[in-house]
Amino acid sequence: MSHRALATYMTDKVGPLPFCPGCGHTVLIKALDKALVKLAPDPKQVVIVTDIGCIGLADRHFITNAFHGLHGRSITYACGLKLARPELSVITLMGDGACGIGGTHLLNVARRNIGITLLVANNLNYGMTGGQHSVTTPTGGMTSTTPWGNIERPMDLCGTAVAAGAAWVHRATSFDGNLPDILATAIGQPGFAMVEVWELCTAHYVPRNKFGKKDLIALRQSFGFEHGPLVDRMRPEYTEWHREAFERGRGQAPPPPTIETCYSNRVSRKTGIVIAGSAGQKIRSTATAFAKAAMYTGLNATQKDDYPITVLTGFSVSELILSPETIEYTAIESPDYVILLSADGVKRVRAKIGQLAASCTIYADAALELPETEARVVRLPLEAVSKVTTATAALAAMLTHTELFPHEALEKAFRVFRSPSIAEQNLKAMAEGTALIDMTRQAGSTGGAE
Amino acid sequence: MPHHPSRGGAAPSKRGRRMGRVFIEGNEAIARGAMRAGCSFFASYPITPASSILRYMLQMIPEAGGTVLQAEDEIASMGFCIGASMAGRRVLTSTSGPGLSLYSENIGLAITGETPMVIVDIQRQGPATGSATKGAEGDIQFARWGTSGGLPIIALSPATISEAYELTYRAFNFAEQYRTPVLLLANKELGVTMETFDEEAVDLPPLVERRRVAPDAPEYLPHLFSSPEEVPAISDFGGPHIARFTTSTHDPTAYLTTNPAAIQEMIDHYAAKIDHAADDLALVREDLQEGADTLIVSYGVTSRSAAAAVTEARSRGKRISSLVLQTLWPVPQAAIRKAMSGVRKIVVPEMNMGQYRIEIERLAPPDVEVVGVMKMNTLLVSPREILEKGNLL
Ligand SMILES: Cc1ncc(C[n+]2csc(CCOP(=O)(O)OP(=O)(O)O)c2C)c(N)n1
Ligand code: SF4
Ligand SMILES: [Mg+2]
Repeated sequence: MSHRALATYMTDKVGPLPFCPGCGHTVLIKALDKALVKLAPDPKQVVIVTDIGCIGLADRHFITNAFHGLHGRSITYACGLKLARPELSVITLMGDGACGIGGTHLLNVARRNIGITLLVANNLNYGMTGGQHSVTTPTGGMTSTTPWGNIERPMDLCGTAVAAGAAWVHRATSFDGNLPDILATAIGQPGFAMVEVWELCTAHYVPRNKFGKKDLIALRQSFGFEHGPLVDRMRPEYTEWHREAFERGRGQAPPPPTIETCYSNRVSRKTGIVIAGSAGQKIRSTATAFAKAAMYTGLNATQKDDYPITVLTGFSVSELILSPETIEYTAIESPDYVILLSADGVKRVRAKIGQLAASCTIYADAALELPETEARVVRLPLEAVSKVTTATAALAAMLTHTELFPHEALEKAFRVFRSPSIAEQNLKAMAEGTALIDMTRQAGSTGGAE
Repeated sequence: MPHHPSRGGAAPSKRGRRMGRVFIEGNEAIARGAMRAGCSFFASYPITPASSILRYMLQMIPEAGGTVLQAEDEIASMGFCIGASMAGRRVLTSTSGPGLSLYSENIGLAITGETPMVIVDIQRQGPATGSATKGAEGDIQFARWGTSGGLPIIALSPATISEAYELTYRAFNFAEQYRTPVLLLANKELGVTMETFDEEAVDLPPLVERRRVAPDAPEYLPHLFSSPEEVPAISDFGGPHIARFTTSTHDPTAYLTTNPAAIQEMIDHYAAKIDHAADDLALVREDLQEGADTLIVSYGVTSRSAAAAVTEARSRGKRISSLVLQTLWPVPQAAIRKAMSGVRKIVVPEMNMGQYRIEIERLAPPDVEVVGVMKMNTLLVSPREILEKGNLL
């Protein structure tokens, strides 16, 4: 990290530090400068990220990179910078107010252990907006929004970070003579490091509470909040861990095969197929295999699925459109084929069944009760077929019956896109479905409407 | 003279590219478009119907050596992306309506910081939580006006799976070229519908890199322009210069300013760089018919119903034109005005209560009737509804 030695990392280009006389922020900022001088980094490799609040006025007084973002969100920009360029030293300055509004980011950066440094300037209230109470205002504390004294309990920011898993946490006050050393140690940590610095807000908290250095130190003791180093534990730093995990992940997901046309079809117009069944019947994946089979015959396809958010229960409906043309409108208003495989499925599409045209064919499990319909109904005794392949058997029966395209296309879709054992299961179900339609045909029940 | 970023040369990245037809959902096409555009950083918070984009990015980004993570919420997604973009990454985030609401303040930050970034919104039925698994196009005006200050952004809306891929890619180019957030307003009906897709059949322009300050330049002024529409050159955090970024009103140095003249100059610049680029940004598909008395203006998946309605109306002997907007913001005014000329009626079908119709009404001559076909019940607008409500039968 060492660079040509600099006497200071601060500049007066934009004037002196803007804080009120006696404000603790001035002490913290000067301590940060001393810490940087001690560490001697290249200023181009340091980013000072600031939150909103009086403390957020500080970044532009440094000669390093400066990033001043939204209220409560400074940790997120710091993490984005660090994730993008792990070599950067990213130092975040935020107030106690920012820790309240952006509390989730504090928890999560500590938990993830992203290697940024977080300096919290805790002056027990919102300085910038006029001395309102914050999450760290002491119980009984007078602020502009606690006219009768604060009734809320102050939050232990360091304790919270420790509980969230922070690797390195230290509580200090702006009166600690070794503050620059503490900050330098924090900045030198490989993982997430947090220093909470208790301070005086001389414009608001001090006059409202007749509050001074002694009170600040006494307060800390009365809360039972520990002072000094709170935790120092080795944990894998996130950006490093992320890089390693991704190196392992490389090559794990080769792109799936493309689908060339190798069969012909007899689909001359946009054709809608609705497959309605239950969770566990592999409706969606079977529909996808069927769509890919259609693509092996040169057709275009679309698929939409309808299922409850609780995916392992209830209905599962897939809608397929096959067409030799580009498919524009992707809803099926009047399906050509409806495949009904369970009572849940029938219930879900009941309204549609009632409106089906006479030109539509329903392929229904023989055990199902169906509502009145104009459509032609073909009954399939599917009870002998395994539940996970009923959709495949029914689609194979439909293919045999309609000759939309050859079985080989569907076999190929299973062979190419599914594991060998699943493909075998489905090929077996295709044979079962074909036998069923032959049987039903011989019995003469595929003719008119039922 | 404004200096324009290099537009030639760089070929689209080959990462994640493959030949031939596949059967994938729109969200996967968006992820593939992003990878093709050189996306190297992705952060998002799970939300139906956008969640699968995170999954696809997790599969693809490791190959490219990029970074992807699930953030603790949408505000963090945006924060991570803005930080990473300013450090030189090509960034993407994705969400749906409820998350876009949480993006709002940071979209303003990306505008003021001139941060290149692409934001995908897979729209779902709102308001509020609405219907998580149902489609809608309810965020059209929100995308434009949903951040304090009301300054312009760029928004594109894909209709087909090829456009999901192509417009995501173009969104990256626009974001990098104009240093601005670009929204991709898709619809659940595109994002999670599987379709036949052929990556090879999509024609893409060359990849655009952000214009960077020369490494040996003595210093970097983050918002330096010589005329209001000029897009300032960037120098990444961690690069050869000291970089600054601020949410506060600022001058070209990115130091806070309270000088009204300097503030106005910066505001004029944000507006001018987008307005000035209107022609370059105006992506539309025209199907104009000589002597048509009706024009359908549509966008997103609804334009596919419009296409079917046009075919049907023409088969019945009607003379009818269609204009499909791929760019919604800035409004492609010239293309809209051209398509309007000579027609007596304009039909605007939308999966909302008429959000873009007001833009068309604003542009239409007073004697032209503008008819909205508004539907916001989770279902697609059908070609028949367009024909019936537009009185085109
Ligand atoms: C989203 C948002 N809400 C509210 C504000 C107003 N605001 C500015 S600073 C601040 C509080 C800052 O307090 P703290 O973080 O303790 O910093 P201090 O001023 O005490 O240094 C608030 C509420 C804002 N800028 N943005
Ligand atoms: S208002 Fe308080 S926090 Fe702000 S500068 Fe003054 S003393 Fe410091
Ligand atoms: Mg404070």
